[in-house]
Amino acid sequence: MTDPLLSVQNLSKSYGALKVTQDVSLDVREGRVHAIIGPNGAGKTTLISQLSGQLRPDSGRVVYAGQDITRLDMAGRVRLGLARSFQLTTLLPSFSALENVALAVQAREGSSFRFLRPAATEQALNDQAMACLADVGLSDRAHRRAGSLSHGEKRQLELAIALATRPRLLLLDEPLAGTGHEEAAQLVDLFAKLKDRVTMVLIEHDMDAVFALADTVSVLVYGQIVASGSPSAVRADPAVRTAYLGEEAAPC
Amino acid sequence: MTDLTQTLAPARPGLAGRLRLALCIFAVLAVVPPLAHALDEPFLIVVATRMMVFAIAALSLDLILGYGAMVSFGHAAYLGLGAYAVAILSRAGIDDLVLQLLAAMAASAVFATVTGAISLRTRGVYFIMITLAFGQMAFFFFVSFSTLGGDDGVALAARSTVLGMPLLQDAPGMFYATLALLVAVFAGLYRLTLSRFGRVLTGTRESALRMQAMGFRPFPYQLTAYVIAGCLCSVAGVMLANQAIYVSPAYMSWHRSGEMMVMLVLGGVGSLTGAMAGALVTIALEEGLARLSEHWRLGFGLILVGVALFSPGGLSGLLRRVGLVRDAK
Amino acid sequence: MFNLFLLQLLNGAQFGILLFLVAAGLTLVFGIMDFINLAHGVLYMVGGYVMAMMMGMTGNFWLSLAMVLPMTLAVGLVLELLVFRRLYDRSHLDQVLATFGLVLVLSELVRILWGSAPLSVAMPEVLAGSVPLAGPMRYPVYRLAVIGTGLAVALSLWFVIARTRVGMLLRAGAANRAMVSALGADINRLFMLVFAAGAMLAGFAGAIVSPILSVDPGMGDGILILTFVVIVIGGVGSVKGAFCAALLVGIVDTLGRMFGPIILRTMMDPAAAAQAGRTIAPMLVYILMAAVLFWRPAGLFGRAVAR
Repeated sequence: MTDPLLSVQNLSKSYGALKVTQDVSLDVREGRVHAIIGPNGAGKTTLISQLSGQLRPDSGRVVYAGQDITRLDMAGRVRLGLARSFQLTTLLPSFSALENVALAVQAREGSSFRFLRPAATEQALNDQAMACLADVGLSDRAHRRAGSLSHGEKRQLELAIALATRPRLLLLDEPLAGTGHEEAAQLVDLFAKLKDRVTMVLIEHDMDAVFALADTVSVLVYGQIVASGSPSAVRADPAVRTAYLGEEAAPC
Repeated sequence: MTDLTQTLAPARPGLAGRLRLALCIFAVLAVVPPLAHALDEPFLIVVATRMMVFAIAALSLDLILGYGAMVSFGHAAYLGLGAYAVAILSRAGIDDLVLQLLAAMAASAVFATVTGAISLRTRGVYFIMITLAFGQMAFFFFVSFSTLGGDDGVALAARSTVLGMPLLQDAPGMFYATLALLVAVFAGLYRLTLSRFGRVLTGTRESALRMQAMGFRPFPYQLTAYVIAGCLCSVAGVMLANQAIYVSPAYMSWHRSGEMMVMLVLGGVGSLTGAMAGALVTIALEEGLARLSEHWRLGFGLILVGVALFSPGGLSGLLRRVGLVRDAK
Repeated sequence: MFNLFLLQLLNGAQFGILLFLVAAGLTLVFGIMDFINLAHGVLYMVGGYVMAMMMGMTGNFWLSLAMVLPMTLAVGLVLELLVFRRLYDRSHLDQVLATFGLVLVLSELVRILWGSAPLSVAMPEVLAGSVPLAGPMRYPVYRLAVIGTGLAVALSLWFVIARTRVGMLLRAGAANRAMVSALGADINRLFMLVFAAGAMLAGFAGAIVSPILSVDPGMGDGILILTFVVIVIGGVGSVKGAFCAALLVGIVDTLGRMFGPIILRTMMDPAAAAQAGRTIAPMLVYILMAAVLFWRPAGLFGRAVAR
């Protein structure tokens, strides 16, 4: 068997006495969707932040494509093909949707120390950005200010930006949070299509989406992985049912 | 610094609108000398030259403050560096404006690279304060320089020549040279803010986290902008020294830095045109009020407090509210 | 040499204490309200002028000093009500604009009321003498009294902050602003209290310094910038930090001006040493500040700034 694309080894992080990540280890194979589920406050976002380079773990290693990236910053990881989307939408509000995505294209293509030519006239940037917007179904919003988009559109834009970095591994932090029923269905379709191109680590509360997309599911409770395996195995695990699924079964 | 972003974001009027407004300003400025001549009020040319000198300085500050969200409280240091470059070089017998400009920009680039690299390690209030500290350092350095007049400053023998020609010797020559530099600085910065570099800088203002998640490390871009702004401000310093035929550490006091921020906030940050208009209005107000009463600072201060309390976004905020300038879609 | 050193050390401490009195209120305003107040130095100046005015009217030092406190407190309250209160949730830039305007207004008002010429305030007779220091050196009683008063104020501030409910709110606010906001109704009164008390302390400092230095319209400017240095070195929002940094800045500044040229003379010829000393001495505190921020971007006692 080949080496995993992402290998997390004994990752730990605490804030004072609060252990937010405890000895987490997991492997993500190329071409798979690995979902991480768990109740609120389980430390899912903290874990993603350590994988993306926003937070430094206290101990443990993150190995990506055979390279130890534990000490690499977020920008460096993005350039290696490890992109993320944020749970709390993080866009450039006064930029248009197109400009948001074009900037991500610009980050990997050519120098940004160019001072005179207006970036808006660079057809190559705009074309690639439009393609990413089309991927997420946001073409008709290309020239709207990001700050004026609806919540669901912002989630789509967030994803288009991540795609524009040409990721090999995509870290998705609750990409469906706050989207309407229809938008969510669209996004799930999109992820299903992306599966051929991109490996994904998915944090999501929407269990239908998780079980539709994931090849592997890990359950995180109080910063620890309590179960890991195929969706059906995890669903059947009694420990998981009491720790997590039981709560989630109650309608929101 | 979300609070800053919130104030900055609305101040992004339509591109065409702010360009048109800037062209109007240039056109009006261009007819000031003949107008002053016709009215027999030659001091108007001198006042307008000062207004434009500070417009150049305010434009340079807008690049880092308005576009880069780096609130520098020590920007007057570069005004002083430019002015002292003229004083030092002319003392050494180098009287040409081009050489003086180059020297001023080189000195500013060195100072900005060193102090910018240290300052950018800090954020928020700390950044404001550390830039202030570096500004004060430069101030006290020149205050203690007794060979250059120390606290009192030093008068220049004459204005600089331009490639050997005495272009700056009379008031209209000085005026049009300054106007030419102002137009050049505005045009350059306008292009720069739309360029790839400008996008990265503006993006960092809006969300540094988002930029990192796109694969950018903000520091080199912020530092480059900081250096460019310093160099451009020293151009204003060179012209200020020539206009006044006098150089003093007062050019780089913290009051000047504060005043430059006031010009920006008054005109509206992050639109270039706002910075320019703010500088013109500020100097015009100061000169106009000073003619009315020796206690003009009282009125000027009250105006500033009033604008801060009742007109967020400064002049451009006011224009937008009455519908003269529109937001970008 | 040692005597001279001791003398300058005391002078430095006295200057530091003064800086602390001005900085204590301002660091809380910075830390809790995230408010840039350029007008704080002007309150120090107002304290000096009120003192000079009251001395002119009553001729009694103690009575005048007692009057300065309520009057500068009142000035602080009025400014808070009219201006600052409306600016708490605005950007730093709007705050700079408004408080820069206030500096101009208040300085000009002072010029209109009392003129530009420096005023002097007579020292009370009880404190006019000097006491023997080491050997033949003597030290003015008044300066010792300033140091003592400052230490007493610092102690009582420490008591308020460490032992009272208001102090608890202040500490929580400096550490985490959201926490104080969560406490609801108290917040406006807390802000007002901090502001007014800060104004009073600055005014008090301006009043007690008036017999040593003269009272003039520019006195607020110099102290304001040094106060910023103190606050940033100590860490924004930390009164303890402000105390340590104020003494540090006071002593470094005073000793640097005195001993800088002497030390430099051992390394270069006297003329060059004199010039270099004159150049470096006033820059010393700013170099100190840049160095501190280089190693600790949030100051000595500041909480780490999230990047």
